[in-house]
Amino acid sequence: MEKKDSSSQISENVSHATTGDAQIVPQNMGKLNSSSSELDLDRPNLEDYLPIGSIPEPRGKLRLRDFLDISPTLTEAAGAIVDDSFTRCFKSNPPEPWNWNIYLFPLWCFGVVIRYGVLFPVRVLVLTIGWIIFLSSFIPVHFLLKGHDKLRKKMERILVELICSFFVASWTGVVKYHGPRPSMRPKQVFVANHTSMIDFIILEQITAFAVIMQKHPGWVGLLQSTILESVGCIWFNRSEAKDREIVARKLREHVVGVDNNPLLIFPEGTCVNNHYTVMFKKGAFELGCTVCPIAIKYNKIFVDAFWNSKKQSFTMHLLQLMTSWAVVCDVWYLEPQNLKPGETPIEFAERVRDIISVRAGIKKVPWDGYLKYSRPSPKHRERKQQSFAESVLRRLEEK
Amino acid sequence: MGNTSSMLTQYDIEEVQEHCNNTFSQQEIVSLYQRFCQLDRSGGGFISADEFLSVPEFAVNPLSQRLLRMLDGLNFKEFVAFLSAFSSRATLQQKVEFIFKVYDLDCNGKVTFNDMLDVLRDLTGQFISEQQREQVLTHVLEEAGYKKDSLLVLSDFMKILGNSGLKMEVEVPVD
Repeated sequence: MEKKDSSSQISENVSHATTGDAQIVPQNMGKLNSSSSELDLDRPNLEDYLPIGSIPEPRGKLRLRDFLDISPTLTEAAGAIVDDSFTRCFKSNPPEPWNWNIYLFPLWCFGVVIRYGVLFPVRVLVLTIGWIIFLSSFIPVHFLLKGHDKLRKKMERILVELICSFFVASWTGVVKYHGPRPSMRPKQVFVANHTSMIDFIILEQITAFAVIMQKHPGWVGLLQSTILESVGCIWFNRSEAKDREIVARKLREHVVGVDNNPLLIFPEGTCVNNHYTVMFKKGAFELGCTVCPIAIKYNKIFVDAFWNSKKQSFTMHLLQLMTSWAVVCDVWYLEPQNLKPGETPIEFAERVRDIISVRAGIKKVPWDGYLKYSRPSPKHRERKQQSFAESVLRRLEEK
Repeated sequence: MGNTSSMLTQYDIEEVQEHCNNTFSQQEIVSLYQRFCQLDRSGGGFISADEFLSVPEFAVNPLSQRLLRMLDGLNFKEFVAFLSAFSSRATLQQKVEFIFKVYDLDCNGKVTFNDMLDVLRDLTGQFISEQQREQVLTHVLEEAGYKKDSLLVLSDFMKILGNSGLKMEVEVPVD
């Protein structure tokens, strides 16, 4: 019981309200579970990755020893120093090396030669051709069809899907899509777990989503502000508070438009290594729209698709993918969900997170991904202090 | 493709083991070294307070600021020595000594009423009034046979905590 308390405290603080996340299992999950028993083994087990229970509840008269014995708090601190669930979310896990013996090693060397000497140049060529085709048709379409908005939008949509297909081809993306293809209609928003910017490319090659994304520097930023803006993507700067309001307003405007591309949001707000999911930002869940969850799971057999943006530029990440054998992944378009009566947006977000994490077989952690960029608020600590203070006061009255 | 960046030789490991009184196995030291490198983002061979605070589970700990005074700028050997009190192989004496050190921040071998009050303040924050805190602490001290102005030394801590079934263990994940 102690364990649960401390964990829910954390999430409660961030999200202001939470009902035990483990107990929410929507009805339609039953079907999914039975069809994939191997995934059941991967079902998130909350106890596994939460910090070990904080201060135990002692009983009886208060004694000096109860004050001096600060071991539970110390143990918790040392436990976090030795291992913590937050850092684990952002740890790259490269594929297991297999070149460890005398005949596998030459085989691996041969593979390296093929990958770097043959596959890579071919892929660069494919990508270049893709860009030439794309740009030579996008630029005329964009500037010549100014009067025909509908046609222009449609053409641009197809072209963006095309260039994304070229990207996927450039790392031999073996992507299995499960479930119905998203269609265009107002009042719906797609949410997916986030591992790398390539999530977006993989989803975009099927449907031209309008995506909410962090504004990137360099060539990615250039693409964002020129091409992707034409499919209705919205950019923001994480550090600017003013941007948040603007994005929220743009979001609300976007979802009501009949002709707009379907909206895609990565509510984690940051790339996680595909073994864990961090808390979902509630923005996508308070628009009053139907939320369509998308689960993405990468197979690490050839390459780790996690983009560790602090360690690696996106270009390096793409090069890594382009020199691997293939990027293997599964994409599930899951049952659309609506806000249930009496449910807060945060509970709704947690419910959708549950659905995605069960389907993709990834673990949930009660942390906000933005903690990568900032420190946790003092509220978390105050919660711990409060529970200790209350137990002291209670026992004081008992005597 | 080997994982050569974090290779410790047997000598290195034995040296560290000796430094921490053999409270960790070689496997555990290797794991701790990997963790150390992970936390040491600047790669300077020591972990700064800021890097420790980047672990949210640590940052929210009520005693984190106090512990940081012991932790700031530790190199690997010191890092292991710090954690050795949490090993299952550490003796009760070592664990109590560690707690004593947390109280005795000025390292003069004595814990005063104010030291204890400071820790209690860290643990309870604004949820108990200063006056009430002093009252409670004075009360339990007197009950245990001490006075408000008594100075507690390590042997007092041993006496108080020695038979209370102190559970202070952290398992080092070994793969």
